[in-house]
Amino acid sequence: MIPAVAQYVELYLAHRDLIDRNSCEVMNRLRSDACRVLEEKPIPERGAEDYEHTDLPALLAPDYGINLSRVNIDVNPADTFHCDVPNLSTSLFLMINDRWSRTETSYTGLPEGVEICNFADFSQRHPDLAEKYYGKIADINNPVVALNTMLVQDGFVLYVRKGVKVEKPIQLVNILQNGMPLMALRRLLVILEEDSEARLLVCDHTQNPDTDFLTVQTIEIFAARNSVFDYYDLEESTERTNRLSSLYLRQEEGSNVLIDGITLFNGKTRNEYRTFFTGSHSSLRLLGMGIIDKKRQLENYTRVAHDVAQCNTDELFKYVVDEEASGSFTGRIYVAEGACKTEAYQSNRNLLGSDTARMFSKPQLEIYNDDVKCSHGTAIGRLDAMQMFYMRTRGLSEEEATLLLKQAFMADVIDGVRLPILRDRLRHLVECRFAGENSACNACKSHPSSPFK
Amino acid sequence: MLKVKDLHARIDGKEILKGINLEVKPGEVHAIMGPNGSGKSTLSMVLAGNPMYEVTSGSAEFRGKDLLAMPPEIRSHEGLFLGFQYPVEIPGVSMVNFMRAAVNARRKYFNMPPMSAADFLKLMREKRAVVELDNKLASRSVNEGFSGGEKKRNEIFQMAVLEPKLSILDETDSGLDVDALRIVAEGVNKLKTDNNATIVITHYQRLLDYIKPDIIHILYKGRIVYTAGPELALEIEKKGYDWIKEKVDAEERLKEEETK
Repeated sequence: MIPAVAQYVELYLAHRDLIDRNSCEVMNRLRSDACRVLEEKPIPERGAEDYEHTDLPALLAPDYGINLSRVNIDVNPADTFHCDVPNLSTSLFLMINDRWSRTETSYTGLPEGVEICNFADFSQRHPDLAEKYYGKIADINNPVVALNTMLVQDGFVLYVRKGVKVEKPIQLVNILQNGMPLMALRRLLVILEEDSEARLLVCDHTQNPDTDFLTVQTIEIFAARNSVFDYYDLEESTERTNRLSSLYLRQEEGSNVLIDGITLFNGKTRNEYRTFFTGSHSSLRLLGMGIIDKKRQLENYTRVAHDVAQCNTDELFKYVVDEEASGSFTGRIYVAEGACKTEAYQSNRNLLGSDTARMFSKPQLEIYNDDVKCSHGTAIGRLDAMQMFYMRTRGLSEEEATLLLKQAFMADVIDGVRLPILRDRLRHLVECRFAGENSACNACKSHPSSPFK
Repeated sequence: MLKVKDLHARIDGKEILKGINLEVKPGEVHAIMGPNGSGKSTLSMVLAGNPMYEVTSGSAEFRGKDLLAMPPEIRSHEGLFLGFQYPVEIPGVSMVNFMRAAVNARRKYFNMPPMSAADFLKLMREKRAVVELDNKLASRSVNEGFSGGEKKRNEIFQMAVLEPKLSILDETDSGLDVDALRIVAEGVNKLKTDNNATIVITHYQRLLDYIKPDIIHILYKGRIVYTAGPELALEIEKKGYDWIKEKVDAEERLKEEETK
């Protein structure tokens, strides 16, 4: 075991009672298994297959604090905090660091049959469901999932009952706020029963730009028959906030899911998306956008498994990499022998804005069936000189033209957002991002009653 | 308005312009004709400031200022317009946003506040009429999916919006059918005043039936080898460029022999 991991294993072994006490039964049950994985399995180093550009040992090496005793950070922003990032009316929920922040007002406007709560409440109300779903698709042999499973104490659960359609978007805002280096461990569980429908927007913010943070999150999404679900993940943190995120999705027959990972501001991020179809006629749209500059790093790893017939996947990841930033994309679509009539498309396109920016791309298809339509492709390039010149002859400065062209580059990913109002807002955020304004969080910070000013 | 003296330019190390001399006065329409590969498009690119081309010597003065010292956007603000032979497609940038950015960039240059939304829409409506451009194109991405005729009309539309002092229209007639050609040419004629000037670069005489030039230049091997009145176009139409080529080539041979 490398020291980076050993420190957390030791922490767990020394405080397992405390952790168990502050958490819930369903989470506690998997901890020792997770611990064993970390003890026995070597942590993949940078350059290992699937971890080519993420240095996991280095990311885990700092001595982060973990809020084991669940100390409440001395704010109760739930009543006053309004993040209008999407500028839309959402049912807003908050997690401060990895602690669920209780809100009552958020529930207004939600229909009967949708439950949003933390794990403790959920496992009390529905022990059977908690047992049925928690840790069932997230692979505990994945070291990041193992670390999360061993130490996680709380999280967010969205449970939508059969036939219930939640019109109002649900928003979870994760806020990192601490004076000392902190590791935030969170778990998200989304259960959509048959014929249900919901949209979830998750925003990551960091309030202390000078503190080192590491988020280790595991997300499990179960989309039952004919359910429709949108998951938007918007990362707007700081250069000193690193993130290891593992998302697992299981789709049953006829389900329709959109996963959209948007990285606007970050430090070093690795997002994993692993999805499985268990029923035919399901569709997945997997979108990703990364805008990175300075020395930021972003790695997206996707694995889409088509084990059953007649499902379709449309995957598009786009990056704009500037300055000394480094981006990487590893995508794999796997089509099993029996998965005939699969339609799966994967595309990764990237724009490099400087000579020192770097992008690595590995698009992969693994197909064991002849009756499929699949494609994959990648492109890495610079801004088109002729487009730039054309715009300048109309009076746009090099900066303005660059801005418009970069924005235009992201247009098709933004257009993939299925909520019109979020699409507009995202377009604006991207525009501000390219213009170099950190306006993303202005709404939060500038709110008159915001405690985060 | 424009004084070009002994202009030399190259791209990828290859010299294309080998000493251009040209003077354009307000109110004039010049036509630059010439065989393929003579440097017509290069001249337009160099005058508009395409950074891919390198000016090796010579000068160009535009309305009393050193044209070659200005970046392309300043040339535009100062009143130079280039109508592209191949208008560039810019997926993801809508025509309306593009024009708004262009109009406001110029206003900023002249220390004016951005144009109000209402005024801008009015301006667009007014200028679209000049070339009968469909309103639907405004929301589409710049030139993307436009037909050949729409692209060229779009160039003249942009020219109408920007109201340049000097327009260089590079093969605006190429790829146009007769109707589109007429609309484009009429657009150019509508925009003509005593204070502005136009340089029409064309391969064929056909455009000059609609846009009447005052002066015609023949460009060959990177130099203007022949300048005459409008009657020259008809002569070219009848006899082609061969007689000019032969004449210039013969002169060149003579010069070479002399230097030997």
